[in-house]
Amino acid sequence: MAIHELELPKLHTTTPAITLNQLSFAYPDGRVALQNVSVTINSGEKVALVGPNGAGKSTLLLHLNGVLGALDGSVRIADVEVRRDTLRKVRALVGLVFQDPDDQLFSPTVFDDVAFGPLHMGLAEAEVRARVVWALEQVGMQGFEDRMPHHMSVGQRKRVAVATVLSMEPQVLALDEPSAGLDPRARRGLVDLLQSLSQTMLVSTHDMRLIAEVFPRTIILANGQVAHDAPTDEILSNRALLEEYGLEMP
Amino acid sequence: MAQQLLDRYIAGSSVIHALDARVKLVLTIALIVCASLLPVGAWLALTAFTALVWAAIIASGVGLPTILRRSLLALPFLLVVVTVIFSVPGRPIFRLPLGFVTLTATDAGLLRFITIVWKSWISMQAALLLTATTHFLDVLRALQALHMPKIIVALMSFMYRYLFILVEEAQRLLRARDCRSAALQGSGGGSLLWRAQVTGRLVGTLFLRSFERSERIYVAMLSRGYTGELRSLRAQTLDRRDLRVGLVVGAILLIITAQAFVG
Repeated sequence: MAIHELELPKLHTTTPAITLNQLSFAYPDGRVALQNVSVTINSGEKVALVGPNGAGKSTLLLHLNGVLGALDGSVRIADVEVRRDTLRKVRALVGLVFQDPDDQLFSPTVFDDVAFGPLHMGLAEAEVRARVVWALEQVGMQGFEDRMPHHMSVGQRKRVAVATVLSMEPQVLALDEPSAGLDPRARRGLVDLLQSLSQTMLVSTHDMRLIAEVFPRTIILANGQVAHDAPTDEILSNRALLEEYGLEMP
Repeated sequence: MAQQLLDRYIAGSSVIHALDARVKLVLTIALIVCASLLPVGAWLALTAFTALVWAAIIASGVGLPTILRRSLLALPFLLVVVTVIFSVPGRPIFRLPLGFVTLTATDAGLLRFITIVWKSWISMQAALLLTATTHFLDVLRALQALHMPKIIVALMSFMYRYLFILVEEAQRLLRARDCRSAALQGSGGGSLLWRAQVTGRLVGTLFLRSFERSERIYVAMLSRGYTGELRSLRAQTLDRRDLRVGLVVGAILLIITAQAFVG
């Protein structure tokens, strides 16, 4: 079945965008990365995922579009359960942006990269071109179509990396450390970009100022488990809690 | 810095630059095939090919000296061909005593040697002109339009994309090594074996990093709907004028080649 024949489910406001139910995962070498993680994120919510390195943040994000399969428990995106046979549908729903833009941008030009997702969703050529233009406009990188990633700054590459998934018109954005390695101006641009996007977001980060500015809700992950899941204000004002998990006040 | 080392493209706005990459690619390949088909001693045809390629180089504005300098790089490979001077039977010209064996150069061998070197040299220049006037991405698109298998085009495009990153990574590693390669006054820089070990570890690190990166890239591809089949947009239609240029130059190549066999 060609993917353009798939009916993408409509989001109802009552259906959560992301539902993780008792999710557990261990890597092949036996290292347990996630343990009974249960999280529900509503449509349109912007949620930050924090915790020390190795807490399982990246592993969790990789479960959202089925790159990693849960050993136990389940992942639902809108009303689609992430399973082997729903992978293509899920990958159209979830846009995953990796930490290193050089991994995300694997095509020789910006155009080819932003077009990769829509092309592989089976869209017609005119639609693909329209989406590339639209996605680059969203991230403020219009006119960069023919540029090559290695000629661009890290900030520009990060923006294009976001555009590569926006062109797939996902309902959920999962970003891994989006502000890492950015200079203050590029970081400011990223904050504005994240604020302007309306998708449901789950973003792993160490950047507490970014969290304070963009994300109303924060989940602290420690040793593969959800240690805290609360409004950001509450977490940021709890000095003892921040210290316990090695986090800094913004 | 990696950029200058690796990119052979010289920006310009000449007619050669503006010609469709597909036409340039086909003509270059045609010239190389025609040149290699020429019989030994087809001096007129070789001269004509040289004139054609040089005319194109001059028209492109990249500079004949630049192309000739770059073409010198290939000369060492021609050393292999030196053997034909001594291996083809013919009238002896001179002898080369090498202790236990004496090599005899023949006139037929010498003619063949000159023909082969000239053919390779002119083919080399044609290929260099192509890479100097055509951006690598356009060469890739041309290959794709000419139905080169997608997987090979994809491999070349990945290579192009990540070569720069790989070179930069290598440079960072080398710099880190240099920063810690202090020596006390009067002492050497370590034994040859020790240096070889350091270099070996460097190469190993580079390989592991590339390997890990390739896995992350694959995951990024999967995340955007890749299922094992590469898709691409259709190529643009060929401009009529470019097509005509291609046909005319192609015909000239054929006529020159045919002439060498008739005459």
